[in-house]
Amino acid sequence: MTSFRLASGGLIERDRTLGFTFDGRRFEGHPGDTLASALIANGVHLMGRSFKYHRPRGVISAGASEPNALVTIREGGRREANTRATVVELYEGLEAQSQNRWPSLNLDLGAVNALASSMFVAGFYYKTFMWPKSFWEKIYEPLIRSAAGLGTAAREADPDKYEKAYAHCDLLVIGSGPAGLMAALSAAREGKRVILADEGAVLGGSLLNEMEEIDGRPGFEWATAVIAELGSMPNVTLMSRTTVFGWYDGNIFGAVERVNDHVAVPAPYEPRQRYWRIIAKGAVLAAGAEERPIVFGGNDVPGVMLAGAMRTFANRYAAAAGKSVVVFTNNDSGYRTARAMKAQGVHVEAIVDSRGEAKADSAGVSVLRGRMIANVAGGKRGVAGVELVGHGHISCDTVAMSGGWSPIVNLLCHKGAKPEWNDALAAFVPPESGSEFVAAGSAAGRMLLSECLTDGAAKGSANGKYAAVPKCRDEAYTISPLWWVKQSTGKAFVDYQNDSTAGDLPLAAREGYRDIELAKRYTTAGMATDQGKLGNVNAIAILAEATGKSIAEVSTTTFRPYYTPVAFGALAGPFTGHHFQPVRRTPLHEWATEQGAVFVESGLWMRSSWFPRDGEDWLASASREVINTRSRVGICDVSTLGKIDVQGRDAGPFLDRLYCNTFSTLAIGKARYGLMLREDGIVFDDGTTSRLGPDHFLMTTTTANAARVMSHIEFCHQALWPELDVQYVSVTEQWAQMAVAGPRARATLQKIVDGVQLNDTTFPYLAAKELTVLGGIPARLFRISFSGEHAYELAVPADYGGMAARAIMQVGEEFGIAPYGVEALSMMRIEKGHVAGGELNGTTTASDLGLGKMMSTKKDYIGRMMAAREGLVDPKRQCVAGIRPVDKHDRMRSGSHLLKKNDLPSMVNDQGYISSVAWSPMLNMWLGLALIERGRERHGEIVKVFDGLRGIHIYAEICDPMHFDRENARLHA
Amino acid sequence: MKYSLFSLLKHSFSHHANWPPAWREPEPKKAYDIVIVGGGGHGLATAYYLAKEHGLKNIAVLEKSWLGSGNIGRNTTIIRSNYMLPGNNPFYEWSMKLWEGLEQDFNFNAMVSQRGVLNLCHTDAQYDAYARRGNAMRIDGVDAELLDRHDVRRMYPLFDHANARFPIRGGLLQRRGGTVRHDAVAWGYARGADSRGVDIIQNCAVTGIKIESGQVRGVETSKGFIGCTKLGLAAAGNSSEVAAMAGLKLPIESHVLQAFVSEGLKPFIDGVVTFGAGHFYVSQSDKGGLVFGGDIDGYNSYARRGNLPMVEHVIEAGVAMIPALARIRVLRSWGGIMDMSMDGSPIIDKTPVGGLYLNAGWCYGGFKATPASGWCFAHTIAKDEPHRLNAAYRLDRFRRGYVIDEKGQGATPNLH
Amino acid sequence: MLIKCPHCGTRPVEEFVFLGDAKPERPASLDPSAMDQWYDYVFLRDNPRGRIAEYAHHAGGCRSWLVVERDTATHDVHSCVTARQWALARKETAG
Repeated sequence: MTSFRLASGGLIERDRTLGFTFDGRRFEGHPGDTLASALIANGVHLMGRSFKYHRPRGVISAGASEPNALVTIREGGRREANTRATVVELYEGLEAQSQNRWPSLNLDLGAVNALASSMFVAGFYYKTFMWPKSFWEKIYEPLIRSAAGLGTAAREADPDKYEKAYAHCDLLVIGSGPAGLMAALSAAREGKRVILADEGAVLGGSLLNEMEEIDGRPGFEWATAVIAELGSMPNVTLMSRTTVFGWYDGNIFGAVERVNDHVAVPAPYEPRQRYWRIIAKGAVLAAGAEERPIVFGGNDVPGVMLAGAMRTFANRYAAAAGKSVVVFTNNDSGYRTARAMKAQGVHVEAIVDSRGEAKADSAGVSVLRGRMIANVAGGKRGVAGVELVGHGHISCDTVAMSGGWSPIVNLLCHKGAKPEWNDALAAFVPPESGSEFVAAGSAAGRMLLSECLTDGAAKGSANGKYAAVPKCRDEAYTISPLWWVKQSTGKAFVDYQNDSTAGDLPLAAREGYRDIELAKRYTTAGMATDQGKLGNVNAIAILAEATGKSIAEVSTTTFRPYYTPVAFGALAGPFTGHHFQPVRRTPLHEWATEQGAVFVESGLWMRSSWFPRDGEDWLASASREVINTRSRVGICDVSTLGKIDVQGRDAGPFLDRLYCNTFSTLAIGKARYGLMLREDGIVFDDGTTSRLGPDHFLMTTTTANAARVMSHIEFCHQALWPELDVQYVSVTEQWAQMAVAGPRARATLQKIVDGVQLNDTTFPYLAAKELTVLGGIPARLFRISFSGEHAYELAVPADYGGMAARAIMQVGEEFGIAPYGVEALSMMRIEKGHVAGGELNGTTTASDLGLGKMMSTKKDYIGRMMAAREGLVDPKRQCVAGIRPVDKHDRMRSGSHLLKKNDLPSMVNDQGYISSVAWSPMLNMWLGLALIERGRERHGEIVKVFDGLRGIHIYAEICDPMHFDRENARLHA
Repeated sequence: MKYSLFSLLKHSFSHHANWPPAWREPEPKKAYDIVIVGGGGHGLATAYYLAKEHGLKNIAVLEKSWLGSGNIGRNTTIIRSNYMLPGNNPFYEWSMKLWEGLEQDFNFNAMVSQRGVLNLCHTDAQYDAYARRGNAMRIDGVDAELLDRHDVRRMYPLFDHANARFPIRGGLLQRRGGTVRHDAVAWGYARGADSRGVDIIQNCAVTGIKIESGQVRGVETSKGFIGCTKLGLAAAGNSSEVAAMAGLKLPIESHVLQAFVSEGLKPFIDGVVTFGAGHFYVSQSDKGGLVFGGDIDGYNSYARRGNLPMVEHVIEAGVAMIPALARIRVLRSWGGIMDMSMDGSPIIDKTPVGGLYLNAGWCYGGFKATPASGWCFAHTIAKDEPHRLNAAYRLDRFRRGYVIDEKGQGATPNLH
Repeated sequence: MLIKCPHCGTRPVEEFVFLGDAKPERPASLDPSAMDQWYDYVFLRDNPRGRIAEYAHHAGGCRSWLVVERDTATHDVHSCVTARQWALARKETAG
């Protein structure tokens, strides 16, 4: 293998070598190389295959815009598809694979597509594959899907970690080339907090790639000195390997720092990448400019690349793109490549300059003025030569092309502004953007180095009094646009990766897709992984000509995040897997764990669901818990219920407005069930609220709605009735709360309450009192019941929760106490016909739930007026009824629908559905609640249960929702 | 010109130099019988069905930008008919049936791909809610399957079945759901409408609505006054602004919904899947990009872009559902403006102004409805009364209390 | 997006929950003849492209309800007061 490593120069560590493989072949490179530069230094140009025609492709660029040299690196869960070889820093052991080829990069059978390329023009698939109809999903689409796509993603979890971080600064400078360095320096010397971010591994931007002279020394040395000064200042943060990918409201920037992509595996405890949100008072975009290709036949043959890229490979990486070069340019910067290559000893055959006149220094290389390359001869083995328009052939193995430079305006356009066309530069320049984010240097269309330095310094300074700008040597830049060599006979590419050709755009225009946005979507030009960084301006220019408009009139497509693609992992950070959301555990969690609880997610909470013994399944366990509670005594953790402390002179009237029933009349020491509506008249939430003092209430909410009720209360007070003298605070997490239910509940609790004799006089049903338990622990005891048993809820400060629960278990042992979970609770509430989440589903009215009588007519409250609307009082509404199978052995399922006994299934015939189902240990059958049209009037009717999903079709009887102990005898027992 | 393999072959011999335009670019006439405001999916479909189903000819569609530049061009391409309420389900199922015959009907390959839509659930309560929904579909003959956790695991082994914060409990699958190449829908309808004589006028912004004696007379536009006897508004995202020109205040807020696409990949995920424990849904396009989204940003907006908190929120949920996503890269994000209605359901109705018809309030479910929306809106305009299928989508349902609230969130648009 | 909460200072948008148009005022009348006012209050919203005064709850901060004046086209935030101040000022004007 011939080495294309230049004998001298470059920013690589020549004395260290790194081994790597590409498609299994072993190569060597040096620290400082990218995968692309190392491959070029080894004479490898063929790095990928294109999307549609499977054309052999080599690198076009030397940086982030690379559309062709996409490879897959690493393996297993770290496998990473579509990685640009031009930005992969070489590390020892790097393994890279080419993509989108079969069986190999060299012999890719997909290339047969090129044979049919006369048919595969823009939009061809919209015109065919329609017959026969069934073929689309069975034959055509599977073929298209497997042919499409680029690399193959990992299917395992990524073992690496990611972090999120926030940063604040006075000035964010994006890009560390000449303009960025000066901007950072100006601001830093003024004492501003500065962040300088650059996507490169090393700061310096274009000064790493170009042979410049600043302040009488090489540009790279000048940059090194400036970076050292910045690095020594405490108010400056330097962030290399950091891509600022988007600009957002509030001058917030998203950025990704590639902390460990340059090593094989991150060190333990270090993330692979870190996502930053940078909140900047001001920001300067000093991202530089992007060189454009020229559209001519064979402009994609491996070995054809951007002139600036060729220079970069030579200057920075000491890698020669070939042994004989032809430069094709429409501007002065192509000459730099000719000079740079010649200086490195590479033979430059000629500069083909499309302009009739040019003054640039060719350093003795022959210049063909007013000439153009029509076609490149060559293929997967590289370039053989170029054929000029008119006549003439030049043999060469490499072509450097320069279609001019486009300021990298992307970030400044992320809020929707379009860049403006500048005729002199033949480029789009940044839009007016206000003062908090401005462009500097070549990103602002300043094409001379001296302008970049001055502009950077000015934009970085808050007061315009920036330090002296160093002297430098300028390279002139003039351009005369050339977009497309129409004389080309070979395929001339506009968007390399998507294989959009020059001919596709006029075709789109002919067919009516004349707007740039339509043409983009029809031809897919600009929709590849480089998002049109290289091809868009060419596409716009070609479309302009095809539609008879100016480039300014055609304008650009929309620039959007992400500047370069961002890993999901970085944006997700650590909030994945089990850490996706926080876990809320109740104060009784440990106690429940000791009792063998099986927990279930309930929102963020983990609730004890059942307490199996001796290998019981959930049903056996929950049934036993019910029977034990109903016959002896049970204890259940209800700490997740929302608890809101409401105090103040107007607390009572305030609650009257929140609830549809009245609380201001509630006696001190008593609890009352309350029902809250939304302002649209639909039931919002329910719960028991107690009066602990003249101006002191304690509200409880459902677990699910606790946060929403709190927000609602805050809104009602602050936005609707600020004149009310009331205060409220959530105390959900401050109190552990447990239900103690069953015939022996009173006897159990009697043993732990201090100094109170519990009986129906001192502690009647709905009593709610503050007392102490276990010799002085403050507590609140409520005689309320969800289970239908004689029951209490005891609340103690959270830290005493476990202790209180254990004490109750101990004293209750003689009464046969056992814990019960939410499954048993659910069984008991359904036996008792109490509504819960299945019925409070955001579409039911108080009347639907059988609670219509609670709606006061004597006061204003949230939802009162809207609850009176025609549709909410329609007698045909579905309302809550009980439901039980006709055959006691049948099992009903929640979510089944109900039909009249002799009706056929249809939506018109649908009578409603079963909202909750549970096994009833007391009645030995499955019971449910249902929402049925006119349900209250239909008790006793037999209906058909439709469960098409599970193929269960049985008959059931509509009945009173209260299936068990209809007299509520147990409650008062 | 009929599109076919044959026509494609024929044109390749002439290097595709002679393809006729898919649509004309006419100058507006002084007046039309019917003017549709909004050259997006719903507006173009309306014009198409007015011409095709009702034999009407003198129709213009006015688009303020390029055709298909609204939400038809910036959605996540999902089609499904998994609704449970009587006002919704038959409408969306009709839409699904229209999708199933659409390409042959308008002779344009829109890549209707019924790869299945799976909604994951993570708790018993969610599972029961899906049972209710699935049975509501089945009771009317719509396909639905309730999957348990094992079924889901067999279908999608790459989901997090091992370490999830919210383990997957099961899911509701509609196999006939899937995706469609969204731009092609606009183009197919535009071409079909144009060939039937409809004038599609791009870059024509409506700036005023002329009403005399309670009757629509025409619209002021950036291309001058255009008279009409009937005016249909199909400008979702901007419905409030357009309706305000006719003096109407709507039960709608405009919100921004972000969507995303990843780099192109070889087949990674087959169907459409929605996460049930966070805001994330995903499918893979025929081109290989993972197309995904989540929830609206939450604040009123007309800017077609969102902010980072929702980006992070969506992507966290994505990686929580599919851990292998971590290494995949997001290529692009964008935003569309949604008409968020007060009950999460749309409006296709007449208005208090004579000759003025409203198609609005699609929240983020408008794409899948495109064919039926156009079909029903065409019927409503042509017959001056709603069709049975859109009879529930009345403008006065909020006043009357007959809302269609699938989620039960009430009159808070950004919760739907 | 950043919002300057009167209590907490400048805070990021994810700490806030939005409730839309703050203009509609809860009607006082409970008479059936006031139903249209109630309907307007609950269901109709100003939804302009441009400046809007909207309710925002600083749920991830001091838990104050605020009224933020913001541009829906540019997302520029112009002012922010507590909903309490806003409501009291409105009641004062009305009363």
